[in-house]
Amino acid sequence: MSSTEFIQQLINGLSLGAFYALIALGYTMVYGVLRFINFAHGDVFMIGAFCGYYLSPRLLPHFTGWLTPLGPVTVLILTMLICALLGITIEKLAYRPLRSRPKLTVLITAIGVSLFLEYGGQFVFGADPKSFPELMPDRALEGTGALTITTTQLAAFIVTVILLVALTLIVKRTRLGMAMRALSNNPTAAALMGINVDTVISFTFGLGSALAGAAGILFALSYPSIDPLMGLLPGIKAFVAAVLGGIGSIPGAAIGGIILGVVETFVGASAFSTYRDAIAFSLLIVILLVRPAGIFGRVQPEKV
Amino acid sequence: MLELKDLAVNYGSINALHDVSLTVAKGGIVTLIGANGAGKSTTLRTVSGLLKTRHGSIRYEGEEISHLPAHRIVQRGISQVPEGRMIFANLTVRENLLMGAYLRKDRNKLGHDFDSVFEIFPRLKERAKQVAGTLSGGEQQMLAISRALMSKPRCLMLDEPSLGIAPILVKTIFQKIVEINRSLGITILLVEQNANLALEVSHYGYVLETGRIILHDKCDALRANEKVKSAYLGGH
Ligand SMILES: Nc1ncnc2c1ncn2[C@@H]1O[C@H](COP(=O)(O)OP(=O)(O)O)[C@@H](O)[C@H]1O
Ligand SMILES: [Mg+2]
Repeated sequence: MSSTEFIQQLINGLSLGAFYALIALGYTMVYGVLRFINFAHGDVFMIGAFCGYYLSPRLLPHFTGWLTPLGPVTVLILTMLICALLGITIEKLAYRPLRSRPKLTVLITAIGVSLFLEYGGQFVFGADPKSFPELMPDRALEGTGALTITTTQLAAFIVTVILLVALTLIVKRTRLGMAMRALSNNPTAAALMGINVDTVISFTFGLGSALAGAAGILFALSYPSIDPLMGLLPGIKAFVAAVLGGIGSIPGAAIGGIILGVVETFVGASAFSTYRDAIAFSLLIVILLVRPAGIFGRVQPEKV
Repeated sequence: MLELKDLAVNYGSINALHDVSLTVAKGGIVTLIGANGAGKSTTLRTVSGLLKTRHGSIRYEGEEISHLPAHRIVQRGISQVPEGRMIFANLTVRENLLMGAYLRKDRNKLGHDFDSVFEIFPRLKERAKQVAGTLSGGEQQMLAISRALMSKPRCLMLDEPSLGIAPILVKTIFQKIVEINRSLGITILLVEQNANLALEVSHYGYVLETGRIILHDKCDALRANEKVKSAYLGGH
């Protein structure tokens, strides 16, 4: 592999990884506050892509002239809002009534919600793949030498960075973000501080789902064929990324996503490309053998 | 100020409290002593709204509060320092204190309140930027108390503040509890297994045994009581 080719694959890997990271954050934040895996998260990502699909033709024509760039931004923001509402609703209707039940019950419910969204999606949107509209002209940037970087890749990268920075600020600086960290640290103590636990959990679902919705649009920009089952594989991979980084850890989810994306891309470019997913998952097993709690995770005893 | 009447609480089918009644007068320090498993923590958790009552009432400043969720109880002015401290180990000392002030509306006054808790526990000031999990047990207890004070409570409940703390620090912590009561005028409900110390600093005491109040009196009288002496004060 030449060095140009290496850098090219690295860029592709980072952009795939950034996108896994966006989904993985939702898994990890929800795990942080509720200690359970929201298996319906990958499907919120799918709904995000469909929001983009239905919103774009209705919104983009209104943005002409110098307003043109605001079109895709509006689609993105509206999609994030819709997905946030969806996430909050799922938690309220499906998970909240089961809060004091065994985790297994909630887990099975999450699988039920996931199937509901997938097959409900097939019913409403149709099962056949749809081609995602072009939100912006997709062409290779000039002046990058032998490297190919497309406008879509660049836009996805910029959006991801903005979202990650915004999330970090929200979690580190805002009152609700701090409450989220406190809740994941010790739910009883959080309640004793006067934190309304329900509000913080809703907030967490909203935040994670908004990121998944954004990821849905970014994914559809690069792989413009969308269908109601498209959330399955990226969902599982992002979950793997979250575990890899240490489930419950926000920087862990970001790093885990990047590692998975880069490894997957390099394996895909090698002679073993057919084993791409197998090798990516083996990497997970190896890392977890060495660090059972993931890269940033802490082994903590199950609290009674 | 705080009045529990015929309070009964259970965990599933286990009855942890049977008809507990106790009164905490405004401005005083009341202690609730009892052996491990007597139901002391259950009592405080119930007042804080973490557990539901089976029957009985909890009145605070004349109003029934037993149906309120935990965050509303804090809003009313009752704050708890839980057993085992429960500080937020991943957050810094400063962030822990900010969490204590979570419900405060007068956020412009927080600087002043940071100063006043640092005045009580100067050691926390030096460690303000440190991650709380790295503090010693005693320092964590100071942080847990300070964090509870940041909500500006009128009633502070402490659950075994002496637990797991170096003996020399226990004295200091108890002095601070008295100071908080006297100079800040905060009413205190103190739960302890260390009956000696608790009866020394408090005005009135209740003795809890397997979920029932078996005795209550002024602390001086309790210390002279034969039963209390033999069961809780090590017989001397
Ligand atoms: N979460 C729980 N589930 C079931 N039983 C509990 C729980 N917590 C406490 N208990 C029981 O309730 C009783 C009172 O416990 P607790 O209030 O913690 O006592 P204390 O604080 O006086 O040591 C004990 O018998 C204890 O075993
Ligand atoms: Mg206890």
